Amino acid sequence: MSTSAAIASTSAVLPRRGGVLNALSDAFWRNPRLLLFLMLAPPVLWLGVVYLGSLFALLLQSFFSIDEFSGLINREFTLKTYGELLLPSNMDIMIRTVVMAASVTIASAIVAFPIAYFAARYARGKWKALFYLGVMLPLWSSYLVKVYAWKLILAKEGILTWALDKLHLTWLLDAWLSLPVVGGNSLSVSFTGTFIVFVYVWLPFMILPIQAALERVPGNLIEASADLGASPAQTFRNVLFPLALPGIIAGSIFTFSLTLGDYIIPQIIGNSQYFIGQAVYSLQGTAGNIPLAAAFTVVPIVVMGIYLWMARRMGAFDAL
Amino acid sequence: MVSAVSFQKVSRHFGSVKAVDAVDLDIEPGEFFAMLGPSGSGKTTCLRLIAGFEQPTSGAISIFGERAEGVPPYRRNVNTVFQDYALFPHLNVLDNVAYGLMVKGIGRAERLKAAEDTLALVRLPGYGSRMPGQLSGGQRQRVALARALVNRPKVLLLDEPLGALDLKLRENMQEELKLLQKSLGVTFIFVTHDQGEALSMADRVAVFNDGHIMQIGTPHDIYQRPASRFVADFVGSSNVLPPEFVKLHSGQMRWASLRPEAIRVKREQDANGIPADVVALNYLGASTRIALDVNGLRLHAMIPAGQPLPEQGERVTISFNREQIHLMDGEA
Repeated sequence: MSTSAAIASTSAVLPRRGGVLNALSDAFWRNPRLLLFLMLAPPVLWLGVVYLGSLFALLLQSFFSIDEFSGLINREFTLKTYGELLLPSNMDIMIRTVVMAASVTIASAIVAFPIAYFAARYARGKWKALFYLGVMLPLWSSYLVKVYAWKLILAKEGILTWALDKLHLTWLLDAWLSLPVVGGNSLSVSFTGTFIVFVYVWLPFMILPIQAALERVPGNLIEASADLGASPAQTFRNVLFPLALPGIIAGSIFTFSLTLGDYIIPQIIGNSQYFIGQAVYSLQGTAGNIPLAAAFTVVPIVVMGIYLWMARRMGAFDAL
Repeated sequence: MVSAVSFQKVSRHFGSVKAVDAVDLDIEPGEFFAMLGPSGSGKTTCLRLIAGFEQPTSGAISIFGERAEGVPPYRRNVNTVFQDYALFPHLNVLDNVAYGLMVKGIGRAERLKAAEDTLALVRLPGYGSRMPGQLSGGQRQRVALARALVNRPKVLLLDEPLGALDLKLRENMQEELKLLQKSLGVTFIFVTHDQGEALSMADRVAVFNDGHIMQIGTPHDIYQRPASRFVADFVGSSNVLPPEFVKLHSGQMRWASLRPEAIRVKREQDANGIPADVVALNYLGASTRIALDVNGLRLHAMIPAGQPLPEQGERVTISFNREQIHLMDGEA
């Protein structure tokens, strides 16, 4: 009798279940905003204080200047540091970095698209698992290990030179390395090498957003396009690409900003010419010029801002 | 005269699954043709074979006399209205409708004019600047129709075109589609699992089951003279009579069908009729459908509104004319 009473209660409103947790549940149910507030407060505080706070501190530093003779920081607002930033040698660093980031982004998008397309449209079951494994596995090992591995691969005595030699293509490598800017003594000390390693390291960050975007494109849109007379190339241009664009933009934000800020890859693989990240690293370290270092870090923020604004203007987010 | 669409022994197998198996089919130009069948019966695969999304495993398909095997969808003058419309979400209504003309390289002004005209044809004038996401289901349906018709296809394929609409809208669209088809003279082929829709709209109906066509005929043929038990079962509310019952009342040991409206129900006992128990009454407005139990056999009868109705559980007498029993082939 007692068990049946528990299952089939005679009253329409069940009695309160006692205890602090149940009282809390009732309070949250009556006041959902309270729960939302309690859940959001810690991350917002973290983001607001620790993250944005330090960013503003950095921004503030960039308006200070350094005294050339004493090496001490002069805490007075001035645009002198930004004037220094525009010196030809510093402009070279910025242009070099932005061009590298743009090339890496474009190359990543070109390499990533077919892989993402395969994963989104064709891979099922174990092929899909294999795809995720293949894309994610490199992320599990240390970034430094991968970069040093590439140094060996690209070195003059490395496997790439050896393979090209066996294919009788050494002349091609030599011709490429003799080119200005992209060339050098070997791939491991050229911008070409830096570029290859950047593309390799950031590729997963391009593949995954494109795959997610393509996954959301219904297959019958592709069929509808073909049905209406569009060749595969026209379907790509008019349907697939516009609908994948938010994914490409999301991926490019990763590859572009990660390349803009990286200072390890160009230090290990590349010639001795600086990228923004390396400039910041040496300015805040040995040189002790914190204001100029801060001014340098503002550059990627501004570049990304302009990039996103342009993407928005071009309608990249219309399909979101 | 050359057929609009002709199938000769067409099969489409997916591994061991025979989605379409040795189907022969001829659809006349200007015809409103329905492919009717349960899900998995091969009707949609047939439609996709005509559109070019599928290629036959064997057999020959011709569209207006031209062989279609190996021809990609974008080189077929055939357009499809997709089940869930498949409108391009990033293009507005006008650009959606003009899409087919755009990829054919027709100038912007000309194609937008044609798109606007076609939108007027499907009674959506002035909707061009809206995005597909801002339209109701019925409006999207019309846009999908306009997007296909603007290309002036030789054959228009409709895949469950009215499936997602509510009843009232569906009935309106049925009439409208039929009028549109008659005025344009384009061959319409539509796929549906709704027998009412197929019978009310089509000039001819093909009933599919298990990758085969069970029967092709006018709606009247299909409804009045179903060729097999499956067709009788699927197409109608027809009663399917087992051989034993048929032998008793018409002398032949064959399966047969009997339409509900052919059964007369009398409340008083009568030695000439067959006694039956009333199991349930379904009020349908213009008539009432009565479920009867005759010695374990379930039959349905229709009683027009205004006539006296028996009560549930009552014992009644039913009768019908022998010639109303339609004998079916096979499966004795």
